[in-house]
Amino acid sequence: MSIDPLRHVCEDPLERKWTWISLILASVMGGVLGFYALASNLHPPSNVETIDSSRLHLSEEFAEDKLGVKTNPDGSLTITMVAARYGFYPPRIEVPVDTPVTLRMASADVLHGVHVPGTNMTTMIVPGYISEVTTTFTRTGEFSLLCNEYCGLGHDQMWSRLSVVEKPGGGG
Amino acid sequence: MDHTDSARLSLISMWVGFIAFLAAAIMGVYQVLERSGLIPAIESPALYFASVSTHGVLMGFVLTTFLVVGFGYYTATTSLKQPVWNKPLAWFGFYICITGVLMAAVPLLTGQASVLYTFYPPLKAHPAFYIGATLLVAGSWVWCLEMVMMMTIWKRAHPGDTVPLAMYGTTANAIMWFITSLGVTLEAIFQLIPWSLGLIDTVDVGLARTLFSWTLHAIVYFWLFPAYIAMYTLLPKAAGGKLFSDQMGRVAFIMLLVFSIPIGFHHLYMDPFQAAGWKFLHMIGTFMVAVPTLITGFTIIASLEVAGRLRGGKGLFGWIAALPWSNPMVTAAGLGLLMLTLGGFGGMINASYSMNAMVHNTQWVTGHFHLIFAGTTVIMYFAIAYYLWPKMTGRRLYSNTLALTQLWLWFIGMLVLTLPWHYLGIAGQPRRISSTPYDPVLVQQWDASELAMIVGGLILMISALMLVYVLARTHGNSQQEASLAVEYAEPLHPVLRIPPLLNGLAFWTVLVVVYMVASYGYPILQFFLMETHGTVPWSI
Ligand code: HEM
Ligand SMILES: [Cu+2]
Ligand SMILES: [Cu+2]
Repeated sequence: MSIDPLRHVCEDPLERKWTWISLILASVMGGVLGFYALASNLHPPSNVETIDSSRLHLSEEFAEDKLGVKTNPDGSLTITMVAARYGFYPPRIEVPVDTPVTLRMASADVLHGVHVPGTNMTTMIVPGYISEVTTTFTRTGEFSLLCNEYCGLGHDQMWSRLSVVEKPGGGG
Repeated sequence: MDHTDSARLSLISMWVGFIAFLAAAIMGVYQVLERSGLIPAIESPALYFASVSTHGVLMGFVLTTFLVVGFGYYTATTSLKQPVWNKPLAWFGFYICITGVLMAAVPLLTGQASVLYTFYPPLKAHPAFYIGATLLVAGSWVWCLEMVMMMTIWKRAHPGDTVPLAMYGTTANAIMWFITSLGVTLEAIFQLIPWSLGLIDTVDVGLARTLFSWTLHAIVYFWLFPAYIAMYTLLPKAAGGKLFSDQMGRVAFIMLLVFSIPIGFHHLYMDPFQAAGWKFLHMIGTFMVAVPTLITGFTIIASLEVAGRLRGGKGLFGWIAALPWSNPMVTAAGLGLLMLTLGGFGGMINASYSMNAMVHNTQWVTGHFHLIFAGTTVIMYFAIAYYLWPKMTGRRLYSNTLALTQLWLWFIGMLVLTLPWHYLGIAGQPRRISSTPYDPVLVQQWDASELAMIVGGLILMISALMLVYVLARTHGNSQQEASLAVEYAEPLHPVLRIPPLLNGLAFWTVLVVVYMVASYGYPILQFFLMETHGTVPWSI
């Protein structure tokens, strides 16, 4: 520490020390959390994919009869859902525990958000865009999907059920 | 010097802010009562969301803007000892702001703008709401211009002299606010206003949210700046000491100017339409903006220690007891720093790119910003008012005891209100709800907290009433205030020579523009490069 670059702005050594500590603290916090996120591949939902929200009923993926849980060839699941005032459709879904699940959601009207208390599942649902979030439910039981972005006077009525059940065949 | 009529402008401006504040605090109590479901007679989502929208606008936009502007004019004239640059223009700006507020008030109060203070499309409010909000911002730009002009004129008249720290911070805030308020203004002018008037059919919600995020983070520093300026330049003297370091104050203000705007994506962490890489970059930037706050915490606490020791405090903590806690500025700063520390820990979670998922859009967020904003920031607004009212009116403060009680009640009320909200968020409660018609197993864990928030709300409302009472009675006080001069704190080490970069803001303004283009350029451009589908308006 022969020449401290902070000398130019600050004469007091104690204050310089504190400034260095602040800089290091902020970098370490940012660095650790950033590294943790990258290393464990925890990304917030960030796919950039557009859709015409006024024509969901005509779309390949989000038409009413296409919604729900589908099993992919590799054993993972894809759940297609529509959020519309004031509910999530289909209103009741069931998924096996400890299985990777990709939720793909679209809004038929305004902005919504969804989270499942007791899990880390959360995403915004923005009209005009498709939200995609991947998670694994690690506990069995009854959960709720709650709308968490104000979407109109009935916002607090907007929720639905999610059951996480034992894997068929005891985890094969 | 000539600051009597900046006193009128400042006083009236700050009164507008505090009247808005009182009205909003009363609405706050209605809201906590309504949400609890205890009184079925007042249950009404329509009224509730009209109230929360108005409460948010009054607290977030009206109280803050008028307080920042009023305090800014007074700081400028008293620290530079120079009159307001263009008085008719300053008043013109004030009236534009008032017109905007009145215009927005009509649809808000009649339930035609129950879209909350963030007005996310495609929920549509009455056009008068968007136009009113835009006028409020436009009026505040007049103040930005005034501050920049006043600092420039002063520097020209005092070549080589150091701009007083209070003015340096005020001008940094003015520049920051101008740049950051452009985002929401663009959204209003090119999207919301024409769309709500029916001139265009659809808006791209992704673009609208991206523009709004440009404003949404740094706006909190716009609110916070007066609190920091008071802590750096008024508090040390009020505590009986000196400012530990003038230069570090400048560094902190510059960092706030440069770092706080280009990081708005932490408000979009959970949104589709922006790629993960951009969110990650903004997260790194978000942690950098903690640095000026850490520096401020250190400098302020060190200044208080200097004061405590000068007053004879001994030992590791003896200086704390030696501080003049009967001074509202000292008490407010002490309590404010406590709330800031608590809130700071919570903020680390919000800011985290991955942990944010646990609390996103839950009641935790409401708890967090009430603690820091309604707590730390607003308690410093009170302290500023208690300090300046006697200077501006020439009368002594009506009652120091009431003022101190008011501050303590605000602190206690805020903890009682916000700690349960943090818990509710962890327990999964969404924000912005007027009732809890969910799975009973889930809801049952929330009941106790719903009660606590009523108690907190009532304490806060009493405190708000006391503030307005003390300020109003000060005008009629027969005792004259002895000293009308604002006493700015002197630095511990006199400022001998200051690097030009710490005495001007032009370089930093250019830097923030470059940084903005780098962090928002492509994310905004992408909406014009890909095929997007706009959304029609929806009524609430
Ligand atoms: C009497 C004291 C107060 C009470 C009881 C209170 C209560 C509330 C409640 C219940 C909400 C709705 C929260 C939600 O469900 O999301 C709210 C929202 C809000 N409050 Fe307060 N509040 C008080 C003081 C303040 C102060 C002093 C400020 C800032 C200066 C403030 C700023 C806000 C803002 C900006 C919102 C809008 C949040 C949104 O739209 O999501 N509040 N407040
Ligand atoms: Cu919803
Ligand atoms: Cu922010």
